[in-house]
Amino acid sequence: MSDNGKVEPLSSRLMKMVIVGHVDHGKSTLVGRLMSDTDSLPTGKLDFVKDICTRQGKEFEFAFLLDALEEEQDQGITIDTSQIFFNTKKRRYVIIDAPGHKEFLKNMVTGAANAESALLLIDAYEGVQEQSRRHGYILKLLGLTQVAVVINKMDLVDYDPEVYYKIKSEYTEFLESLGVQAQEYIPVSAKLGINIAKTGDEMSWYKGPSVLQMLDQFEEEKTPVHLPFRFPVQDVYKFDERRIIAGRVESGTVKVGDELIFSPSNKSGVIKTIEAWSVENQPETAEASQSIGFTLTEQIFAERGDVAALKTELPIISTTFDVNVFWMGKRHLEKGRSYTLKLTTQEVTCEVVGFKKVVDASTLETLEDQDYLAKNDVAEVTLRTTRPVAFDLFGSIPTTGRFVLVDEYDVCGGGIITTYTPSKTDRLRDEIRHRDFHWLKSDIKPEERAYRNGHQSALILIVGPSGTGKAKLARHLEHKLFELNYQSYLLDGRNVALGVSADIESQHKKQEGEVVRRFGEVAKLFLDAGHVVISTSNVFNQEDHSDLRLLVEPCPVVEIFVTDDEEPEGNFEIKLSQAETEKEIEAANTVYKYLKDKKILTGHNYSI
Amino acid sequence: MDHLDELENQSIFILREAYKNFKNLAMLWSIGKDSTVLVWLARKAFFGHCPVPLVHIDTSFKIPAMIKYRDEFAKKWGLNLVVGGNQKALDEGMNHEKGRLVCCEALKTMGLQAIMEERGYTGLMLGIRRDEEGTRAKERYFSPRDKNFEWNFKDQPPELWDQFKTSFSPETHIRIHPILHWTELNVWEYIHREKIPIIDLYFANAEGKRYRSLGCEPCTVPIDSKARNVEEVIAELKDTTSAERSGRAQDQENTYAMQKLRARGYM
Repeated sequence: MSDNGKVEPLSSRLMKMVIVGHVDHGKSTLVGRLMSDTDSLPTGKLDFVKDICTRQGKEFEFAFLLDALEEEQDQGITIDTSQIFFNTKKRRYVIIDAPGHKEFLKNMVTGAANAESALLLIDAYEGVQEQSRRHGYILKLLGLTQVAVVINKMDLVDYDPEVYYKIKSEYTEFLESLGVQAQEYIPVSAKLGINIAKTGDEMSWYKGPSVLQMLDQFEEEKTPVHLPFRFPVQDVYKFDERRIIAGRVESGTVKVGDELIFSPSNKSGVIKTIEAWSVENQPETAEASQSIGFTLTEQIFAERGDVAALKTELPIISTTFDVNVFWMGKRHLEKGRSYTLKLTTQEVTCEVVGFKKVVDASTLETLEDQDYLAKNDVAEVTLRTTRPVAFDLFGSIPTTGRFVLVDEYDVCGGGIITTYTPSKTDRLRDEIRHRDFHWLKSDIKPEERAYRNGHQSALILIVGPSGTGKAKLARHLEHKLFELNYQSYLLDGRNVALGVSADIESQHKKQEGEVVRRFGEVAKLFLDAGHVVISTSNVFNQEDHSDLRLLVEPCPVVEIFVTDDEEPEGNFEIKLSQAETEKEIEAANTVYKYLKDKKILTGHNYSI
Repeated sequence: MDHLDELENQSIFILREAYKNFKNLAMLWSIGKDSTVLVWLARKAFFGHCPVPLVHIDTSFKIPAMIKYRDEFAKKWGLNLVVGGNQKALDEGMNHEKGRLVCCEALKTMGLQAIMEERGYTGLMLGIRRDEEGTRAKERYFSPRDKNFEWNFKDQPPELWDQFKTSFSPETHIRIHPILHWTELNVWEYIHREKIPIIDLYFANAEGKRYRSLGCEPCTVPIDSKARNVEEVIAELKDTTSAERSGRAQDQENTYAMQKLRARGYM
């Protein structure tokens, strides 16, 4: 029996499937055969191709139906993925023919990443080869687990069941080590059309489905509406009076009136409207895979890369995480080089901080002591980004747990986030997020305070070795600002230690993180009250300073580094030499000018 | 969501990625059904606005009704229309009799190249589809062209999880194909659903002829058809096995005509 492609399919949904496997194992032939046997070829196409073959003096092959590029026919290999549409009685298909040549792995990945099911072809005569295994591994990495194995060219081995069972057992073992199970192993001859659309007498020992029957058994991928809501902001539009936050719902659902938290900035807003053009009724809800746009009841600064979620199910925010990557770049993936990580709509610079395990994907052998990744390699690595990224583990929400790596101008790698161990800073960030959600805001807005005070609130940290004149500068700066009618306050670390942290001071260094946290929280209160807070410290180290920045966000922090080092390392706004610092009047002036330039000191609009 | 919704949502995502990532972006509007659907999708993506200029390459051999339709809807929809062409070649007497591929390259490819250089576009959106013909089946959503306008189909960027090639070296540009994954039938079903006003050359005239694909008058042949409206076109397409571009002479010129044209920058 044969399916006729012209019968209107029951479902108009399109099943996206990919055909992969080692070079020359017959992928294009299978696709050509499927098209031909389902009557999906345009009139005359078969004759047209046959005619070319006759003129060029070569035997007709079904593969030629797809090989659109001259080079492909000359070399007899598919260079790029191509997409072909056909129907069965059940539904419509787009079939992606992915090249099997090792050189074209990126094209295979392109095809497979867009599919929801896969056929993996193995040549009965040649058996399991390098790309058979590599492609199996990549399918697993791409999260594609709906796989059937097609053992092709059975005609070349006289339809011998022994050959079939040997390959089946060998490849089953391989897939099992990856944690993947193939749904079926189908013995076929694509060239002769056996077990493709119809079954034949040649292999009566095989009782399973034909390729077409198998395809119809594959399940359509469900849109992840049941997962937590994730909305990476793609862009913000202001074409008319509406300020529309545009993007695609990657998972979950959302409705008008929902309060959204934008990560990693932690800003929040309530959905006022969901906008749409040329529809009868404005939508009230949206769900996964819809490209939408909404307005908020209050204007907040949201931008591309922010990930909106509901307060009860927030994404992870971190700079360090473990991933599985595959590499397609001409240059190696190695430590010490910067790459751009693209995850949802976030783009951030990152580097590899550790190679945990580099694998030869064609044998699954671990390559010991290899601390780089060559083209076509696969590895478990740890990545660190320069800015915090909002993400999920691939196992929880696939669409926000996968990424690509860009080397210079080119996408060279892809991967999934497998694990994440929160660092001290991550835990602090989590605490702060919690604090910010529950913070009771005053009726007096920060900008009202700034208007009255003539300045924004800001934290000025004067850092560097002891005995360099930091304390004198801090005292002078506090006084200078006070005389100019600004709300300045010198918050001495010692005063915090004497009172607020008295209970932990005696326990020495053990609780140092706690000392920093308490100091930061006290500073935060003064900043909330609108002050310019000045502090000197040589107790806190660089890591503490970044924790302080985190604690007082979104207030600006001005770090003044007192050092005689020509090119000091660190994250500071102003550098002063010891000699400069000791002339406290001029030094305070320098700081004062900087604060004016940065519009932290804006000047009084009226006198108090 | 039904299948058309899925296609629409994916296209809108791509349009917005293009708009965000390219400072100097344009869209090619051939007046045909595909690029008109693309204009419609842009208005959906940008909430009633079309924030990019629409480039029409006028070969001067277009069917006159196309120019009339173009000007009418550019005005009605408030589009920023930019018309390009290759006047020098026309002055020197270029036409299809000099060879169809030579003519396509001179009037379309070089006309496009000239307007892109003049305006400095680094991103160009086009309404091509994978099911149109073989080389387009191998295209990417974001497809780089080098400084000579050439397409290196042997070394295309990987495209996965909707992360596209948005960074590129100076002097090169990117072609963006937001409806690459649509089929001819999808386009018509969408036109029907959205009630998009489409040029009537696509519908059978009194002589029982209609165009299935639109191009220059001398090189485009209408097909025999009884389909007088969108519903009838859809019914006809569900039952046909002839190729969409079979009425386009340049495709039939020789075995690898389209590959050669497209490798050198043709749409």
